[in-house]
Amino acid sequence: MSEEILTTQDLHLYYGEKEALKGINLNFDAKGITALIGPSGCGKSTYLRTLNRMNDLIPNVTITGTIKFKGENLYAPNADTVEIRKEIGMVFQQPNPFPFSIYDNVIYGLRIAGEKDKEKLDAVVEKSLRQAAVWDEVKDHLHESALALSGGQQQRVCIARVLAVSPEIILLDEPTSALDPVSSSQIEATLLNLRHDYTIIIVTHNLQQASRIADRTAFFMNGELVEVDQTKNIFMNPAKKQTEDYISGRFG
Amino acid sequence: MNSKKQNKIAIGALYGIAGLVVLILLALLGYILASGLPQLSWHFLTAPAKAFLKGGGVGVQLFNSFYLLILAMAISFPIALGAAIYLYEYARDNWVTTTIRTAIEILSSLPSVVVGLFGFLFFVVKLRLGFSILSGAFALTFFNLPLLTRSIEDSLRTIDLEQREGGLALGLSRWETITRVILPATVPSILTGVILSAGRVFGEAAALIYTAGQSAPALNFADWNPFNISSPLNPMRPAETLAVHIWKINSEGIMPDAKAISSGSSAVLIIAILLFNFAARYVGKRLYKRLTSA
Repeated sequence: MSEEILTTQDLHLYYGEKEALKGINLNFDAKGITALIGPSGCGKSTYLRTLNRMNDLIPNVTITGTIKFKGENLYAPNADTVEIRKEIGMVFQQPNPFPFSIYDNVIYGLRIAGEKDKEKLDAVVEKSLRQAAVWDEVKDHLHESALALSGGQQQRVCIARVLAVSPEIILLDEPTSALDPVSSSQIEATLLNLRHDYTIIIVTHNLQQASRIADRTAFFMNGELVEVDQTKNIFMNPAKKQTEDYISGRFG
Repeated sequence: MNSKKQNKIAIGALYGIAGLVVLILLALLGYILASGLPQLSWHFLTAPAKAFLKGGGVGVQLFNSFYLLILAMAISFPIALGAAIYLYEYARDNWVTTTIRTAIEILSSLPSVVVGLFGFLFFVVKLRLGFSILSGAFALTFFNLPLLTRSIEDSLRTIDLEQREGGLALGLSRWETITRVILPATVPSILTGVILSAGRVFGEAAALIYTAGQSAPALNFADWNPFNISSPLNPMRPAETLAVHIWKINSEGIMPDAKAISSGSSAVLIIAILLFNFAARYVGKRLYKRLTSA
């Protein structure tokens, strides 16, 4: 058993009056991939975004319960969201490279953190892009705009950008849903490469994707965590009827 | 009448209206340029104006216009930028921001002559700045601030929420995200807004008549000490701008070639504003290219 890096206890989230998360208890071990699945509107993306306090941007959100990262409460009054997000990075549904060069995109976090050593930055760029499995495709045009890349390449540059800050946890919110199948499978391969070094939590609509890459899978419905288990148990032998219905395509 | 025919008539009517607008604009531009261009010469652009005699130029007025423009922009741009960033990036929608936005709307539709009279009472009289470039620049700031704030806010709005989230998700603070991700991406469109509003400020007369004044004392272009009264840079001197000059010549000009000078000045004004507009597009495009792919 490896240690638990992230724990959630009795997490409730309200958009105004509406309760979107109804008491989630879910813990994550260090390293490996956990997939969050469930029908649209079940709260899986909302839950993911509580893990690095991305919901702070949305007005009228109330959150109760505790989320602890390495024992530290993320929602403690003195918690530093900037530090949290350096440790817990996020990749979004739409590839969102900054309108700068590929190189600048990848080192942006570090450069703003004050790193000036050109050699070190170069090394980080190469390492991150290699880890994100996009180095070979972009190494000859590092100084061209990232916006000129294909969607799949952009998304991998976005992953590299997160890796460059060397977080412990990477959250991915449906990272392949805007991409074509080939790009999707490249992203999946990238994630499989990263699973030994990072704790990866991915929200996906694509059940096959969850079954292909996730070590563990959590099934959400109507704001509740229905079941979480090893991926193969969830898909082959779910404990709850709701899970089985969803997996077998009876609804959702 | 079938729908195909209706469609044709509608399109025809719209073409007609659009054509009419273009025609009016071209006629105006053509008239101003045709009557003004022949007056233009190096002498006209650089010589000081003459009150009673023939052969005066608009050199001082032209300089005043630019100087006033730069000062007004230097005052209003930082304020507008700050206000826009606050309104769009930080403020939540509540009654305070609604009030601010409404105030900005109202301020932007304020007739410029009202701005001018306010400037006269407040800056010229109350604050004892006199008829001066500084009073004019403050009045223009009032005139320009709402428009510029709106235009910068609109520029910020064009950047997707995903860009902000991307910045934050990298562990940048909100401020770092705004200054290092959002602003660079909006520079071209902010710049376009600035230059376009510069065109409006450049052509503004009513707000300046009562604040920067209607006299253009001769300047000593060899003296760049802003504390000397004849220095072009002195912000406390009265300064008639090109637009005010046109207004003045037409209402009370007694020089024999008033008409020619007025036409020439109008042409200079129009050309300057046209240049602003082209520059806005060109610089915006260049800058975007530079900022987005190093």
